[in-house]
Amino acid sequence: MRRLLTLLLLLPGLALSADGIPPLPTDLGNADLPAMQRGFAAFQHYCAGCHSTHYQRYNQVATDLQLSEAQLQSSIVTDAKPFELMENAMSKQEAVRWFGMAPPDLTLVARVRGEAWLYRFLHGFYHDPKRPFGVNNLQYPYVAMPHVLQDLQGLAEPIYKTETVDGRSRQKVVGVGAAQGGQLSAEAYDRLVRDLVSYLAYTAEPMKQQRQHIGLWVMAFLLLFLFLAWMLKKEYWKDVH
Amino acid sequence: MSRLLQWLDERLPVTATYKRHVGQYPAPKNFNFWYLFGALSLLVLVNQLLTGIWLTMSYVPTVEGAFASIEYIMRDVQYGWLLRYMHSTGASAFFFVIYLHMFRSLLYGSYQKPRELLWVFGMVIFLVLMTEAFMGYLLPWGQMSYWGAQVIISLFGAIPVIGDDLALWVRGDYVVSGATLNRFFALHAIALPLILVVLVFLHLIALHEVGSNNPDGIEIKKYKDEDGWPLDGIPFHPYYTVKDLVGIAGFLLVFCYLIFFMPQGGGLLLEGANFEAADPLKTPDHITPVWYFTPFYAMLRAIPDKLGGMVVMAMAVGMLFVVPWLDRCKVKSVRYRSWWHKLNLLQFACCFIALGVIGLMQETMLLKVIARILTLGYFGFFVALWFYSKREPTKPVPERVTFR
Repeated sequence: MRRLLTLLLLLPGLALSADGIPPLPTDLGNADLPAMQRGFAAFQHYCAGCHSTHYQRYNQVATDLQLSEAQLQSSIVTDAKPFELMENAMSKQEAVRWFGMAPPDLTLVARVRGEAWLYRFLHGFYHDPKRPFGVNNLQYPYVAMPHVLQDLQGLAEPIYKTETVDGRSRQKVVGVGAAQGGQLSAEAYDRLVRDLVSYLAYTAEPMKQQRQHIGLWVMAFLLLFLFLAWMLKKEYWKDVH
Repeated sequence: MSRLLQWLDERLPVTATYKRHVGQYPAPKNFNFWYLFGALSLLVLVNQLLTGIWLTMSYVPTVEGAFASIEYIMRDVQYGWLLRYMHSTGASAFFFVIYLHMFRSLLYGSYQKPRELLWVFGMVIFLVLMTEAFMGYLLPWGQMSYWGAQVIISLFGAIPVIGDDLALWVRGDYVVSGATLNRFFALHAIALPLILVVLVFLHLIALHEVGSNNPDGIEIKKYKDEDGWPLDGIPFHPYYTVKDLVGIAGFLLVFCYLIFFMPQGGGLLLEGANFEAADPLKTPDHITPVWYFTPFYAMLRAIPDKLGGMVVMAMAVGMLFVVPWLDRCKVKSVRYRSWWHKLNLLQFACCFIALGVIGLMQETMLLKVIARILTLGYFGFFVALWFYSKREPTKPVPERVTFR
């Protein structure tokens, strides 16, 4: 109880919603360079062993996230060259043997599932001894994935609600409690999750910033063009009627 | 320069063609906002053709390569993302301008005599365009591409006797597969664009033969000066070229905003589920077509019987073909027609839009009932039109065009 109180005092911004997952940060998935760099490093360390991002190339990430050659090399977990696509370290056969299915490629996951989904997924693991890896997920029930970040976050116990269906009462998981026994504080874990979401949002559409940058010039040009075209039209149409 | 032109003119009707279709084509001088969408659809057609050619250079039409080649275009091809977004947004823009272009014709009776064939050419273009868009949507080989095609092609199976064989013939396989992808690519990139361009040519030739209608729905050829030039006509160039330029600038502002700032269009232009590669073993929870097909899709879902739904969907497009012969009124423009006609057009447009919205949503019993009512409203437009148009009370039509 005292720990919980201290936590709440320390982290006024980290109010928990009804299901125990922090409310979505307003800047989720923002193209913040340090966040994307930390997200990339964390992704390569914790995720890239199993999950490929094989529509993206290492050197593209290095250019976009302004990484040095040494930084990039230290983040490559396979024997791939920097110009190659980002494959995972595990073969499909091994993956199926270990997890029952091959872990999906995550290049585009932020576009398929959305950033909010990813945020809630990474915050949504809870203890469930009936599952093969001892964890289940609030956002993605019965997911085949173990809680890879369990050492960092710790493990949360589920919050149950008793429901009565057809006269029989049943317990249903409606939320996650506070994670216990992790190396990171709740705040630090939340930052890690936000970094990962930032990186995944970047890698799903690496040209997004360039697109918006060019877009501003295009809009400015078109406004000028509209004005000139309007003036030209007025000039020509003076003698009609 | 003038000698070169003279040399050409003696061998090819260059100047004559330019004069007939551009420089001295008499266009009514009272065109309003609604008359922009013809020029805009031509612009979008050119956009689709050009971006399509460059996309084809890097696209790989195989089951193994299709999805990855799209991401290759998005990431590794210089400005490939721009070409791709221009093409994907262009598809939606095409239907947007075509729907407004068609509604313009309904408003001002542009399908009535002598423009029936012009309207029919336009409807064939619409039909080919729908096929073109449907086949193009399979090419990224995402989950929605795959399952959308699977659902729609399987509809052919509902046709009695020949249905299953027909579906098999369209797919080239028992399920949507590499064979389907290859033939859809061939049709999307070569056959249908060729047909489309020929039809657009015919549409324009037919238009220039009978002359343009206008918001008053009267023939400007009735009053001509001593040189045979319509008194209410102005040459297409420069008057309408500069006016269309304003429309094009306005259109491009919206179009480019979508391309550069919201290329997914909240899931309307590019669906999130389509960023996942096609998996024949995993059906998505919620299969929806792109927005421009949803009015027809909602009708299909509203009918409990598969064959019946398909017939209704085909009729929904088919009825439009015969509008010139359903409307028996002699007055063209909605401005001088009865309240019945105004209300009928309004309810028709509302039903079409509402069906489009319902077609995007997950089906519920209530929505099904509403969709049935709206389907009745859609078809009711044609039935009612045939009945009231014969003896419709109309307002007096002006002799010369008006501005408002």
